[in-house]
Amino acid sequence: MTSAAPGAHDVEAPRAYDFKNLHYKGAGGVLIPLLQKFQVQDGYISRERIAEIHRKTGVPLSQIFGVATFYAQFRQHAVGRNIIKVCHGTACHVAQADGISKALKDQLRVGEGETTPDREFTLETVACLGCCSLAPVLMINKDTHGNLKPADLRKVLKPYREQKTKAGS
Amino acid sequence: MRILVGLGTCGVAAGAGATYAAILARTGTLHGSCKVGKTGCVGMCYREPLVEVRENDGKRWQYGQMTPDRVDRLLEEHVGKGEPIEEWLVWTSDGKGQEKAFLDRQERIVLRNCGVIDPEKIEEYLEVGGYQALKRVLYQNDPDGLINVIIESGLRGRGGAGFLTGMKWRFTRLAPGKQKYVICNADEGDPGAFMDRSVLESDPHSVLEGMAIGGHAIGSTQGYIYVRAEYPMAVERLNIAVAQAEARGLLGDDVFGTGFEFHVELKEGAGAFVCGEETALIASIEGRRGMPRMRPPFPAVKGLWECPTNINNVETFANVPWIVLNGAQAFNRLGTANSKGTKVFAMAGKIRRGGLVEVPMGISIREIVHDVCGGIKEGRKFKAVQMGGPSGGCIPAELENTVIDYESINKTGAIMGSGGLVVLDETTCMVDVARFFLDFTQRESCGKCTFCRVGTKRMLEVLVRITEGKGKEGDIERLENLASLVRNNSLCGLGQTAPNPVLTTLKYFRAEYEAHISNRKCPAHQCQALLTYTVNEKCNGCGVCGRACAAKAITGEKGKPHVIDHSLCTRCDECYRACRFEAITRV
Repeated sequence: MTSAAPGAHDVEAPRAYDFKNLHYKGAGGVLIPLLQKFQVQDGYISRERIAEIHRKTGVPLSQIFGVATFYAQFRQHAVGRNIIKVCHGTACHVAQADGISKALKDQLRVGEGETTPDREFTLETVACLGCCSLAPVLMINKDTHGNLKPADLRKVLKPYREQKTKAGS
Repeated sequence: MRILVGLGTCGVAAGAGATYAAILARTGTLHGSCKVGKTGCVGMCYREPLVEVRENDGKRWQYGQMTPDRVDRLLEEHVGKGEPIEEWLVWTSDGKGQEKAFLDRQERIVLRNCGVIDPEKIEEYLEVGGYQALKRVLYQNDPDGLINVIIESGLRGRGGAGFLTGMKWRFTRLAPGKQKYVICNADEGDPGAFMDRSVLESDPHSVLEGMAIGGHAIGSTQGYIYVRAEYPMAVERLNIAVAQAEARGLLGDDVFGTGFEFHVELKEGAGAFVCGEETALIASIEGRRGMPRMRPPFPAVKGLWECPTNINNVETFANVPWIVLNGAQAFNRLGTANSKGTKVFAMAGKIRRGGLVEVPMGISIREIVHDVCGGIKEGRKFKAVQMGGPSGGCIPAELENTVIDYESINKTGAIMGSGGLVVLDETTCMVDVARFFLDFTQRESCGKCTFCRVGTKRMLEVLVRITEGKGKEGDIERLENLASLVRNNSLCGLGQTAPNPVLTTLKYFRAEYEAHISNRKCPAHQCQALLTYTVNEKCNGCGVCGRACAAKAITGEKGKPHVIDHSLCTRCDECYRACRFEAITRV
């Protein structure tokens, strides 16, 4: 590992992982956990992070980029403060999840995968949140909300907005 | 006496967190002997939030829809005066309550502890006989005998394919190699399935115990749980469970002081459906793109880091401790000739009692839908069940007497799958259901095989075209041709089974496809491009529809019936939703 001078973006993570799998097959086994850690930290996987992981682990750049773009979890762009994931599983689909997505798009004036100009909300869709009996469902950050109607959405989003006004005032 | 609040993801989504907080806030008013606790999910998702009052002698009262405003009365009447509140009761241990039928037909092996114990306290799992099965197999120290018991029990993989679990263990045990691995596949990617989430959230230790028993059987010291990152609560509770088991020496370097070493590590999935396929899952743990590879060699011979690896899913592992403790016969007396034991189903869709049920194999679809789950919502007509998610298919209402066992389900063209059972009613368009699943598999195809990558895309285009009213003569044949190409020319299960939703809907609901293509009509009134909106005689001229219409297609004097101008109508459905008098007809 290189002993680069610690900078603002310096990675501490590799030390947190003890590389216990290194003796089997290189550093591959830690790649996804590392990317997940950075995504939690930064909200997305930046090019700088990819370069950094390459420097510290020796995993080829192509492999890191390949993995980071393969999995749905990893984003390549910065996101808003709150992430809304609208479930489009089977049960939600037959319970009109399309209507929920449409109402959110209208309300927030963003398209799928986009972030509101005030960087408050990012709108995403997910395959299934596993709360099928409460369909239609959405998840904001780590909270799940079920049995939704398009008319309820304003109320559901409100507390997430208020947090900011309080913090900002 | 104890008050227990069901705090699974579904309970919390229904507001159980607020109920729990409300009860805690009032604990000052409770008697000293009354404790408040958490538990997992009992499966009655349709009556969440659930609160249980449990006497010290084991008597239980389960209350449904316990919003915070009901807490005061519960504490006052039941806890304070000992008078249960009949009208809120959903189930009691002495056989009363409105939802008795839901639990009565069930046979609970996998879900034995779900909703009974606190998943975050290992003490409670130990109290109900937890880790006794592991202790027994370690003291007996006869891995071959153990594998024979699992084979004899007839337990088949609950992930979908239904391979005999004991045989899989034997192959891995016999495979040469010093280091071997056990992997628990908790990458429950099928939309419409949540069995594994519930088990992991409500009873994580039973899965860990099953894995450790599997580790002992095949001679492995390291287990991995590959769990979806979309299930944050399952991840959290598994982490707690692993730490607690290690602290008590039930996992770790020297389990039960017998010298058996077994560690469990969590790997969070990163959101790729294809990682449910075992070779893709292994690639993902190794830090590569989750792409499947050719089999053989099977993972039992060459798996994780090229070592022999045994992969089972959550439900399979949760069965194992029960089988060890109760014997193979107790398990294989349930079920049919080739499918033993029970199966957990995640019931969702247009059903009255949506939730988690565990029924013995051999029960019919009709019994599950009507007897256990109370039939269809709002009195509508039962149309079909979708089983097995994107790899499965739709079984029509005419075949509701099909029994649940691997072979009978396969005969219909669907598959058992991991257990998602989505119930569809007359308002569901089958072409749209097929389009939905194709859209899913098309996006989730890893791209390795051309027919899966491109073929599903072409199939989706045809389906989209049909639902948009632009279907052409010959589209059905085109779909069938593409389906057979995709099925026969894909490497892994994802591609091989991707056409199933299309093929089964074509087999049983061909007339619906034809109506879309030839008549430009959607019989279920779901495909918006094919709808015509008209105002009927119920209109009293309130004007709400006119204000809702962005295209200004609705006109009429106040108090007089309105008219829709079809040349302006964009079929946005806003008028239909806005009307409070059912005066808009969609045909």
